[in-house]
Amino acid sequence: MITDLAVQGAQMLLVLLFAPLLTGLVRKVKAQLLRRQGPPVLQPYRELARLMRKEVVLAENASWLFRVNPYLIFAATWVAASLVPTFGTGLMFSWSADLIAIIALLGSARFFLALAGLDVGTSFGGIGSSREVMIASLAEPAMLMIVFTLALVVGSTQLSTMAGVLLSSEVGLRVSLGLALISLIMVAIAENARIPVDNPATHLELTMVHEAMVLEYSGRHLALIELSASLKLLLYISLIACLFAPWGLARPGAEPVALAIGIASYAGKLAVGALLLAFFETAIAKMRVFRVPEFLGAALMLGLLATLLLFVSKSL
Amino acid sequence: MTVTIALSCVAVLLALAALAPAMRGSPAATPIVYSVALVASVVSTLAALGHLVGASAPASVTLPLGLPWLGAHFRVDALSAFFLFVVGLGAGAASLFALGYGRHEQAPMRVLPFYSAFLAGMNLVVLADDAFTFLVSWEFMSLSSWALVMAHHRERDNAHAGYVYLVMASFGTLALLLAFGLLAGADGGYAFAQIRAEAHAPALAGLVLMLVLVGAGSKAGLLPLHVWLPLAHPAAPSHVSALMSGVMTKVAVYGFVRIVFDLLGEPAWWWSMVVLALGGITAVMGVLYALMQHDLKRLLAYHTVENIGIIFIGLGLALAFKAHGMAFAAALALSAGLLHVFNHSVFKGLLFFGAGAVLTATGERDMEHLGGLIHRMPQTAFVFLVGCAAISALPPLNGFVSEWLTFQAILLSPQLPSWGLKFLVPAVGALLALSAALAAACFVKAFGVTFLGRARTTAAERAQETDRFSLAAMFFFAALCLVAGILPGAFIDALAPVAQSLVGGRMPVQSGVEWLSIVPIAESRSSYNGLLVFLFMVVSGTLAAFAIHRLASDKLRRAPAWDCGYPDASPATQYTADSFAQPIRRVFGTVVFRARERVEMPPPGDMRPARLTVEVHDLIWDALYAPIAGWVAFAADRLNKLQFLTVRQFLSLVFAALVILLLVLAIWQ
Amino acid sequence: MRGLAFDVAHLLAGSLVLLSFMQLYQDRLYALLNIFALHALVLALSVAWQAYIQDASHLYVTAGIALIFKAIVIPVALHRIIVRLGIHREIETVVGVGPAMLLGMGLVALSMVLMLRVTPEADPLAREDLAFALSVVLLGLLMMVTRRNAVSQVVGFMSLENGLVLAATGAKGMPLVVEISVAFSILIAFIVIGIFLFRIRERFDTVDVHALDRFRGEQS
Repeated sequence: MITDLAVQGAQMLLVLLFAPLLTGLVRKVKAQLLRRQGPPVLQPYRELARLMRKEVVLAENASWLFRVNPYLIFAATWVAASLVPTFGTGLMFSWSADLIAIIALLGSARFFLALAGLDVGTSFGGIGSSREVMIASLAEPAMLMIVFTLALVVGSTQLSTMAGVLLSSEVGLRVSLGLALISLIMVAIAENARIPVDNPATHLELTMVHEAMVLEYSGRHLALIELSASLKLLLYISLIACLFAPWGLARPGAEPVALAIGIASYAGKLAVGALLLAFFETAIAKMRVFRVPEFLGAALMLGLLATLLLFVSKSL
Repeated sequence: MTVTIALSCVAVLLALAALAPAMRGSPAATPIVYSVALVASVVSTLAALGHLVGASAPASVTLPLGLPWLGAHFRVDALSAFFLFVVGLGAGAASLFALGYGRHEQAPMRVLPFYSAFLAGMNLVVLADDAFTFLVSWEFMSLSSWALVMAHHRERDNAHAGYVYLVMASFGTLALLLAFGLLAGADGGYAFAQIRAEAHAPALAGLVLMLVLVGAGSKAGLLPLHVWLPLAHPAAPSHVSALMSGVMTKVAVYGFVRIVFDLLGEPAWWWSMVVLALGGITAVMGVLYALMQHDLKRLLAYHTVENIGIIFIGLGLALAFKAHGMAFAAALALSAGLLHVFNHSVFKGLLFFGAGAVLTATGERDMEHLGGLIHRMPQTAFVFLVGCAAISALPPLNGFVSEWLTFQAILLSPQLPSWGLKFLVPAVGALLALSAALAAACFVKAFGVTFLGRARTTAAERAQETDRFSLAAMFFFAALCLVAGILPGAFIDALAPVAQSLVGGRMPVQSGVEWLSIVPIAESRSSYNGLLVFLFMVVSGTLAAFAIHRLASDKLRRAPAWDCGYPDASPATQYTADSFAQPIRRVFGTVVFRARERVEMPPPGDMRPARLTVEVHDLIWDALYAPIAGWVAFAADRLNKLQFLTVRQFLSLVFAALVILLLVLAIWQ
Repeated sequence: MRGLAFDVAHLLAGSLVLLSFMQLYQDRLYALLNIFALHALVLALSVAWQAYIQDASHLYVTAGIALIFKAIVIPVALHRIIVRLGIHREIETVVGVGPAMLLGMGLVALSMVLMLRVTPEADPLAREDLAFALSVVLLGLLMMVTRRNAVSQVVGFMSLENGLVLAATGAKGMPLVVEISVAFSILIAFIVIGIFLFRIRERFDTVDVHALDRFRGEQS
């Protein structure tokens, strides 16, 4: 009981610690690929510390919702990230929220973020919120189709059970899992506001979605929102790793050696994920906003196809 | 026992309806009527809850009313107890709300008697145990709600709304009449007990299903028979809108469940496919229509259509499982659908109450004339936010629970052997997921444009908070949203007797599960704990806030909005409801609504302003209703000639009819 | 039965269907040619794998033909022809990308239903591979029907033919597979040459795409 609680607590701290590191690594690799030096890998930690210490400048007509939002968004994202197996599958509270609930928690974070964009009553916030809900209206169904595919293959919607079953060799390589992986990568790119869907480093009105919604935030509020965005990226990479590359995950009730191996392999997977993401973002240009629905529509179709294949035949 | 209590409450409500006109002119009429209605509803709710939770045996009573050889049968079993509970809860909350809201009514006598009659009618439909009583109560409910829709008949669109409503309601009742006629059988026994005992031919049962889908479905709001809903629901006073959207549509669902699950016996293999397909299409189209609206109440009414689609998806799945003998899965799907019935009546009621509060405070229903109300009406804004979050299926509130259970039911359906279902169910699952995501978008728009931002008109700038009674009703529903989200196990257990009686199976007992989670199928398969998720979120949020405020900084100052350095003083530059919906309109609306944007740019030198026009077509109205209205008008025109005949010609018509009837009689013998 | 052989064959067949969908999604000609080259490459891999697990070495020849001819020669040739003749490089569609994908889904569903109902006693690997192959054929046809550009219609035809080859190699013991694939390849070569000879002839009338391009306004 105590060890289980310790593992769950360690997971919660680990995701919080690794998230800015992941963002820093992605930025560094992108810069190096563009033949720049790039900021140091630990720079996001310094940025968060600096923002936390600064005074918040609030618009005159911002409401209580605007002030409470960053904490709501952070809470939802942190709870979701704590329930995705990173180094071990035996998370104590994994039965309290399955994969559908985790996606819905991320959905609530997005709901409140979109409201924050509308709160101050500027046109930038409106642009961000309206585009964000358009992207979400297709990304969320695609994600749910992926959940269905995985649940039909594994026989459960609990993430820990899924990771456990996929770790054992009884599943093998399946078409539906391949389609689900591609669909998940497309959805992850859209949900984390990466190129080609959105540019995380821009402040041009025509090209921003996520940045537009948080334009009015400053100080500790902005720090929390940046941290939530990093946590979300970590969550998606962990999800892909635990579902499609589950090797190295420690079983429930394992000894400290297995846990250490789990943490090391997790760090490795994060590094690989960051590298791949950086390569991908540098190699591709951003899409027009109205090509994004086609992109996500394709992801939805792939997820639907994968689910359909599993409904039709158990071995696909 | 429960039957007598429920019938006495109905009798009190009917007496209230009859006595209300006697109090004309007295300012105490409104509080008296609504308080009595509140007490009657609370009593009936508690009685129904006691019956449901205590899993009592069905009780029935026959009164010597109505047709002399039939009498009026009334019965309370698990299903009617559940719906009685939903009706009573909604009615009680609406009466509480109206104690405050009703004070602003200009012509109370147009509302009060019909309000109690409406409540009585809804209760009677749920209690009815024979076809005649059912139909009479159904018509009574329709007519009293029609009178309420026409309460503000001088406003421009309300008369049209009332007319469409009357036509659709009559059409629905006709369909139900035909359905009951087919069900009654050879010896003409109309009591439900007799109908249940009879074995119906499959072709007949199929025809009855289609008729019930038309009759009950049009009252509930299934596509394409939903057209009256977004016209009539906003036209009525707000507490009545809440009742019509939140409760009357559920009474229609009750009619469907009672006839299809209870009276028709074993379902055929294709029934579920029709219900699932209709449910899926209704869900997506409903929310797409809602996204195009900028009238707050019309948006909420269209959104009811979406939720009815979700309920019918659950019911369709239950039918599919029942047809193939999978009682356990059928119980899961049915519980998901019925739990959504309860959840929707709660949060839709809450949202309509909020819309009513906004209407009294500002006099506006159009979102594009509102804005910034979170500063003027903070409490209303808070409960409206809870309602928006609940309806968008965000954990830990109740909307998520019923949607989660529906998804679990969909995940059980690969076991169904039918090929059609193997393709239909994943498609319906995708439609359900799509409608859930679009619903969140819709309510970000509704809350954001109405309550957030800056006030767009002086009416919005000068709004005042609503009165205590309205706030009490809204807070009650908001609390119920949270409780149903955190402790769903109790609600699922309460629904077990209903599932047992209708599909012969039940979900696992939830009350023993540790930590108050819910386990719909098996522990190893899936579970959800709303309480833990809620506590987790609260703890992490407060921990973060506390840590940051102590360790980092808690300083704050106010300044003008940043807006990238170009702040605009005019509130007209912020996003409107239409502009918020533009990306979605462009993605989905071009196909579904033939939405087109046209820009008229005058040539340089011309002083006229440029004009942007957005055209949105309601394809269902254009394709289905407009032609029918055209034909009816054409036929009516032709038949009009009968008005202008001479006396001799009228006599010859009568003579011809008589001769033809005699000929028919002669030939037939 | 359930093992690596099963899974890899299915994975390759499924990738072929995925690539057919990706072809439907493209709106630029060079990207379409790249995806088609990938399509032919995956077909070659799939045929080679079938040759390995069925122990039928004549299928290696088919795989080689697919690799050399369809993955390398034809895309390069088409690429050069496009540049030389100045063919319109954006693909106009009759139906939009969204509806085309939905139609594609429907066609895949149709082929699944058909194949799995019509062959209940056959070997599961062969049945499902046939279902995928029929999907690829139908998607290739869909592409031909919904595109206005000649090159994309030819690509659609070639991916249709890839589906047929997949079906032929999936069914164990089909005779004359190598001969059929050679015949198809010659047919394609003639079609490609024929279409572009026709286009070259047309060019001497005034249907010069470059001229049209200059006057084309903004397309939404």
